[in-house]
Order: sequence, then C-alpha cells, then structure tokens
Amino acid sequence: MRIAGKGLINRAKPVSFQFDGTTYQGFEGDTLASALLANGVKLVARSFKYHRPRGVLTAGSEEPNALVTVGHGGSQDPNVRATTQEIYEGLDARSQNRWPSLAHDVMAVNDLAAPFLGAGFYYKTFMWPKAFWEKLYEPIIRCAAGLGAISGEPITDKFERAYAHCDVLVVGSGPAGLMAALTAGEAGADVILTEEDSLLGGRLLSENGQIDGMPARDWANATAIKLNAMSNVRVMARTTVTGAYDGGTYGALERVGHHCEMSDGLPKECFWRIVAKRTVLAAGAIERPVAFQNNDRPGIMMASAVRAYVNRWNVAPGKSVAVFGNNDSAHDTAADLLAAGVHVCALIDSRPDATTTLDVPFYAGAQVSGSEGRKELEAITISRASGIDKVQADCLAMSGGWNPTLHLACHMSGRPDWREDIAAFVPKPGMVPGLIAAGACNGAFSTAACLGEGAGAALAALEAIGLKAKMPKLPASEDRDYSISPLWAVAGKGRAWLDFQNDVTVKDVKQAAVENFRSVEHMKRYTTQGMATDQGKNSNVQALAVLADATGRGIPETGTTTYRPPFTPVAIAAMAAGAEDKGFAPERFTTSHRLTVKAGAPLIEAGLWYRPSFFPLKGETHWRQSCDREVGYVREAVGVADVSTLGKIDIKGRDAAAFLDFLYTNMFSSLKVGRVRYGLMLREDGHVMDDGTTARLADDHFVMTTTTAAAGQVMQHMELVSQGMKRGMDVRFTSVTEHWAQFAVAGPKARELLNGLLDAPIDGESWPFMACGDISIGGVKGRLFRISFSGEHAYEVALPARYGESLFATLRARAEALGGGVYGMEALNVLRIEKGFITHAEIHGRVTAFDVGMQGMMSKKKDFMGKGAASRPGLLEDDREQLVGFKPTGVVKQLTAGAHLYNDGAEPVRANDQGYLTSVAFSPTMGTFLGLGFLRGGRARHGETVKMVDHVRGIETTCEVCHPVFLDPNGERARD
Amino acid sequence: MRIACPLCGERDSREFSYKGAALALGYPSEEAGFEAWDDYLHKRDNPAGPTRELWYHGSGCTAWLVVTRNTMTHEILSVELAEDAPESAQENTQGANA
Ligand SMILES: [Zn+2]
Repeated sequence: MRIAGKGLINRAKPVSFQFDGTTYQGFEGDTLASALLANGVKLVARSFKYHRPRGVLTAGSEEPNALVTVGHGGSQDPNVRATTQEIYEGLDARSQNRWPSLAHDVMAVNDLAAPFLGAGFYYKTFMWPKAFWEKLYEPIIRCAAGLGAISGEPITDKFERAYAHCDVLVVGSGPAGLMAALTAGEAGADVILTEEDSLLGGRLLSENGQIDGMPARDWANATAIKLNAMSNVRVMARTTVTGAYDGGTYGALERVGHHCEMSDGLPKECFWRIVAKRTVLAAGAIERPVAFQNNDRPGIMMASAVRAYVNRWNVAPGKSVAVFGNNDSAHDTAADLLAAGVHVCALIDSRPDATTTLDVPFYAGAQVSGSEGRKELEAITISRASGIDKVQADCLAMSGGWNPTLHLACHMSGRPDWREDIAAFVPKPGMVPGLIAAGACNGAFSTAACLGEGAGAALAALEAIGLKAKMPKLPASEDRDYSISPLWAVAGKGRAWLDFQNDVTVKDVKQAAVENFRSVEHMKRYTTQGMATDQGKNSNVQALAVLADATGRGIPETGTTTYRPPFTPVAIAAMAAGAEDKGFAPERFTTSHRLTVKAGAPLIEAGLWYRPSFFPLKGETHWRQSCDREVGYVREAVGVADVSTLGKIDIKGRDAAAFLDFLYTNMFSSLKVGRVRYGLMLREDGHVMDDGTTARLADDHFVMTTTTAAAGQVMQHMELVSQGMKRGMDVRFTSVTEHWAQFAVAGPKARELLNGLLDAPIDGESWPFMACGDISIGGVKGRLFRISFSGEHAYEVALPARYGESLFATLRARAEALGGGVYGMEALNVLRIEKGFITHAEIHGRVTAFDVGMQGMMSKKKDFMGKGAASRPGLLEDDREQLVGFKPTGVVKQLTAGAHLYNDGAEPVRANDQGYLTSVAFSPTMGTFLGLGFLRGGRARHGETVKMVDHVRGIETTCEVCHPVFLDPNGERARD
Repeated sequence: MRIACPLCGERDSREFSYKGAALALGYPSEEAGFEAWDDYLHKRDNPAGPTRELWYHGSGCTAWLVVTRNTMTHEILSVELAEDAPESAQENTQGANA
C-alpha cells in the first residue's frame, strides 16, 4: 500500500508494468519489489524444494525469495531479483517454479512430504540403481525443484566487456564509501566509486538520520553531485564489484540496460575488469533473519527492508506490522513505521532488559516462535517466560543483527575474525593485499563511525600511493553504540528456515551434525546451505551458529565456509562478451582471400587462417571431382596455390648460421648463399617440433619457413633459445609471415609459366632444385625459391603482400592458359601424401626423428636442441611405431585416417594394437587410396599385409605396408 | 594476476603464457648423461612458497621472463629478463616449506 511521505519515487511519473500477466502501476524510482508491495502483491514466488509460498524478504541484492523471469525469447533473463529490478514502462515479469500458477502450485505437495525431503534426502534416496540417477531421478528432480529457465533461443541482447585502471577503487557508496571517495577525490587521486544501487547513498537512502544538519539522504545526494563534478572521479552506479583477484584486479558487473526497454541500443550488461592500486571496501552490512517456526511466510521481512520500503519508496508492507529483533535496529524500524503512520501491533525484543519509549505494545525478553497464514502472514505467536500470546499481523519485520558484507575481503582465501561484541565476522586487515575495509563491512555500525572510517581508509590508501592529504572535517551525525544479544534460532518444534532460497532449515543443519557432517564445509554440501544463487548471503552465519551449537563448539572454532566470487550472479554472456561467434578468435585472411571466395571455394580453417579446400568448376558435384582435377594440373601441367600462411621468420646476424645449427637437427652453417635446405626441429625432450625449409639469402641472412599451425610455437621456442639457452649470440629475428604473399607454382610447366612473368627469365642452370634468390616482376622486387611440396618441378614466388592479389590473379590466368589452374588444400594434401611428405598429422608431438625415418638428419658433428634427450634408449628401439605407407588390398578399397592397425588374424582390441593411420587420400595419379601412418617396427615390414579397423566409422579392410614415398621415389621430377 | 615486465611495465597475466619451472634455462649438454637429462626434463619441485618459473610476454615485447612467485599467495616477488637470470635454479627451493 502506497503511503504519503517524501521518498525517492517520482509521483509525477507513473509507470505501468506486468507481473504474471496482470498490469500494475508504480512510479519512476520503484523496484519491482516496491511496486508489487505498493499494489498489495505479497505472494511473488514459490520456494526451490518445497514450493512454499514466498514473498519479498529484503530490499537488496541478497534477496533469496523474490526471483522472477524478465523478458522473452533471446532477451529472457531468469532469476532476476525483484528487489534490484527497477521498473520501466512495459516491464514484463513472471514468477518461477510454479505450475499451473503461483497461487495454485501442484508441486506444493512437496511441502507435505517434507519429513522425507530433509538433509541428505537426495543422497539417501536416489543412490540405487546407479543408472537411474542420470536417466530417471535427476531429470525428475530438476523438473520439480527449480529456478527460472532460459529460453533456449540465441541471445539477442548486447553485452560488453571493459577495462579500467585507478588509484583508488571505492566499493559501495554508503556513508563510508562516499566519505572515502570524497577524501580521495579531493586529494587528486584517480578514483572509481562503484554502487550496486541506481542511486548513491546506501542505507542513508532508507533511514531517517541527519548528517551535517540535513536529512542524511540529502547529504548523500549533495555529495554525489560533488563527486560527479570531479573530473578525477568516475562514479559507476548499478555496478556490483563481484570479485577480488590477484594484483589489485577486481571484476565488476555494470547493469547498463536492465532498467529500461532495450530498444535504445544499450548493452544489457558490461563486465568490467578494474585494476586498482588501492581499494576501499565500503560494502555495508546485510541484516540477518531469525530462525523460528514458519518464518518464511509472505509478509515476514527483514526489518531493514521494511524501513527501506517505508522511507525510500513510501510503501507500507502491511496494515498491522509487528517488529521482532535482538538489537536496536528493531526499535528504529518501529519508530520509522510509527512516523510514517503505519500501525505497529507489537515490538518484540529478545533482550530481557530492553526498554522503549515508543507508544507500542512492547514485549521485552520475548521471541516470535511461530506464524500463521498460508499465502500471506495472518498472525504471529509470541513466547515469553510468562506465557504465549497470539497477535494478528500481516507483516513482521525481523532483525537478527547485521553481518558485515566482507565477501570481497575473503575472496583470496582469507578467513575473517569473529567479533563477540557485535556477534559477527569482520575482515582481517591484509586478507586481500591493497584492500582496506571501512564502515559497516568492517563492523562499524554508526553513521559517524562509517564517515570516520571511510575518510581514514582513503587517507591510508592515499599515503600508500604517495599522495598527501589531511583528515577532512567530518560532518556531524548519529553516533550510537550498537547493542545486540545473539539470537540465531528460536527453540521449538516445526521447521525454522535458515536458507530461504535452498529451503534449508535448522532441523537440516542439526541432522547433518547428528550424521557427523560436523565440518562447516561438509554441512554445507550435505544440506545445500548457502549453495543457491544468493550464496547464503543472509543465512550462512546463522547456519554455522546453529552447527556450532549442535556440535558444542564456539562459532570461531566452527569457522566460515569459503567465500568465492562472484558476489552476485554474473551472466556468462557478460563475461564472454565479444568472444562469441566470430569474436572467439581473430580471422587471418590471405591476400588471395577475396578472389578465393569469389571463385566459390569452400574455406577450411588452418590455425587462425582460412584457406581454400578446392576450387569447384561448373558441373562438379563432389569435392573429389575438383580435387582430382587440381591434382592433375600439378602432375601434368601447372598448378598455383597460396602458401602465404606458412610461418616466415627473417633471421639476421653474424651468429645466424650457428643459431640455426642449434635449432635444427641438421647443418645450416654449410648451406651456400642462394640455396634452400629442409630442416627438422626438435623440442627439448627430443621429439619433433616442426619442419620446414630455410633459405640463405646472405652470409648473415636467412629466411625460415615453419608449418602454418606451428608458426607461433616455433617463434616462441626460438625466443627462448636465444634469450635463455644460447645467450649472447649475435642474432635477431622477426616474423615476416604477413609481409609476403607467397605462391606455389608447381608442375612440369612451372618454369614456362614463370618465364612469361619474371623480368629476367630463369633456366635450370641459374635456378637448380633448392635454389633461391631475388627476382623482379614488373619492376617489383621479390623472391623465388625452387622448392617443392608436391614432388614436381616447382617454385614458390613471393612479392610484398600488397601485390598478392594481383600476383594471384596473374598466376591463375597464366596457369589456366597452360592447361592448369589454381588448387586448394585437398589437392595439396593428396600431392604431398603421394610423395610421403609429412605434416603435423604425422609430427603430432609424440614422434621422434627416428620414428619418421629422419634419423639420418640428426647431425653427429654438433649439439642441437633435443639431441641429448633424443638419444635416450626408449626413443630408439626397433619396435617403436615407425612411419610407413599403406595401400588397401582387401575388398574394401578405402582407408580412413585415425583407423588402427592389427596383425592379420589378431582380434582388433587395444592389447593387439600395432599402430594407426595419420593421413589418407585417394590418389588420382595412382588410382588408389594411399595412407601414411605408424606401424610397430614398420620399416622392416614393407610388403606385409595388416588389418585396418576404424572402430568409429565401422570400416575394416586389409592393406599392404609399403615405403611412405609412393611416387617418384628418387625425386627426379622435382630436379627436372 | 599482474606481472611487471621489465621492458613493458605491469601488465595483465593474459598477455603472458606460462612454460614451467625456470630450470628449463639450464639446458644440459649432449653428453650430460641420463641423470642430468632426467632432472632437466622430468624432475620438478612443487614448493608451497616461492618458485621460479618462465613466462613469455607473447602479447607484449616477446621477452622470456623469470618470475619468482609465491604459490601460496600468488604474490610476485621478482621479475627479471631470462637473458639476465642465472641459468641454475638453486633458489627454487629457498623459502619453500621443506
Ligand atoms: Zn614485455
């Protein structure tokens, strides 16, 4: 019910919204919770396990009950807390976990079955038979016990990620946070002030105190205006700091577009990574409930929430309100209700010596021991030594004291201290390096103490970063001692709720103790206490107090569970913003990309690169037709392929040759200028890392090529060798992969093609096999390498990348004129398999030079990377799996990569495994499938027949073991 | 986590990649023998405390760094360029809980 008063709602701006299909009206400034309460809607949710009717409990992000679903389809958000969701015109919210409706929920029968659904219920009941868990029990439980659901549709909202750095990060904008930000801002520090709420002020917005002779909320507003005007202060409202990480790094979630219709293009959320030199934690405190029988009925609320609804939103949460507490804030709540003209039917204080001057029925030394009503509160039972009273009430405001919001301070595994005088945990200094706690989150509960600690923390932070500042004059404010007498659970029968969101009761915690789950971490997991989306913000401390009592220990000995980020739930979409779809990895395109796509070539990913699979011609209906044709170009005429994706590393220096001698197994210092050599590179552990050709352009100048996939790894490896292992060499290198557009021109007509193009013609004498050097095309200087990955007479021609597209077009036209054309990765793969050339399918990280038959390339004349390790006995044994070739001989004429090999007649099981196929292709040149792979002792087994079994695809055949080079074993074509 | 690269300044850990214990710098000679190679390739301390490790500033200056880090707290005690760092890693176990 809306009441008169000067709250923070704009009565001139009514806002209509929907809840469960009904249209209601609120005002600008309302949350969904305040607007629903203003409309008399008390039942807003069903509980997780027992489907109990639930109402709004709090007025903040700790809310366990009032979770709703907002939006539809790709913009649907489940489990939105009604207490933080601001209303806007057209907001559509729905209740969750009920069927067919909130008022009539079929699953409420769970509540009647409660005696059987207590702690450990799942573990005990659904253990056997084992297979039933996954197939039967879990789906049913998931369906019956639940939260909101996502729509399953692709997300349509925008999310963003952002980064910020500052001198001082202030978390929270209550009196401590405002004072800290003001002090640091006035000293000239670069400040970020974050506030979860839409307005700055924290509890000041919900209470009636005075600061500096004005209403506290006016002081907060004036201070906010001052801070917003400072260019060195960034004020971030609607932003929750969710986690504290190493090195002064904090995660923060800014709810940018949750408070309005999304049509104006705002991102919904932005996930910030903030790096702060110092942090002032001023996160306030969270009021805790008292556990008593049926303390979860709609209408039973936190006293602080009742004050907030009355003072900030001018909403009376009931017509007849009872107030129950064990500390002074209960009295403040009663006073605020009276001042607002709301009837207070009882003030119940568990402290026997409590007194009041308020004109209300007062019960000292009394406890609320039960409640009545089903879908909303109707009456409470008050117990005291003299007897039991029943009082009619439709709202109960309860306060079990305050827990400092110390979560961030504990995110790096620190354990907080127990303070007996306030019956609460407080952070220990230094638990998060660079973080200073101030105000209520540090156990200082009066406004004056908060202002003082805020300023003091800012001074400490400023001093630590070398900025000078004086203690500011603190504004006058309330400075009353906080008085509390612990009360965790009221004795009595029936269920008394601790964790409202996960339906954990006092009984469950006691049962856990009985069953010897005495450690707080075990109790948590056994009862699920604190494991819901609210992470037990308003229940963990009470639960561990009950556990301490049940196990006869003190609270500090019992200890807390581990606090982990995030403080409030963070959508994966926010953390992953920008990394979805194409944002997941950068795309690298070759200079021929545009023409390749234009030619209709399907693309294949190679690392981050996109390369053509094949270039289909009109009338070709299967990739094999295109591939076979492209292989024919190279074998019979001339083919052109973009090979720019291969890593190219330019290496210079007096010691460049010596450096390469250490990197490669074979010699490079003996390579003549103007010549290219194939090299093999090992890792420290003696296994093959990569292979490729390196050209010597001058005595002190080489250009190395790596495979496309390993380019980054090789570069990193070379850096480690030059910086760490072979220091002091006069050698410098840099990646030039993207500087050059490089094309293979391969086939019997390759030289004929080039000679129409190069400014100076070449011949066999000036450009023999493995020659390299400078050339020019139309006056543009480039390089030519006579190397071959197809076994044919071939070249790679390179021009600066900006000429790449034009060079590709020219080469293609010339190739086509000679009866050839362009070829893609499929043909390239067939060509190299026919020749037995290896790729990373073969050098997959577990093979040695010996395994791939390149032991002859391991120089005996020098040490090189991996040599010592490669000579370990186990790496040289004859029965290791060795590279061989395969041809199908059985009825099935197909080979498949990944298939395993078995001796003829042996059962195809792991114990009999003889090896596996790594690469296969249909060779149009030889008219058969060809395979490369590894076979135990394979080099001595050429001519044998083995069985190939592909268990995954269900293919089985026999094949003949042969030499891995199928075509032109003496390499005559390339030398032609 | 943040690492202060001696060349680039303090940067987020995502700019770096991790290799392992810094004793990888002490590359044994080809004749060092089985024990030395076994130590180099396989034997690693697992200290609860300071440890020397190799990080590569791949998204920055491409320097290899020797970072001394406390495995208990993630506190970074020192960062030096690998090319200036001692090859042997004797201090690897210093300060560790024996
Ligand atoms: Zn750097």
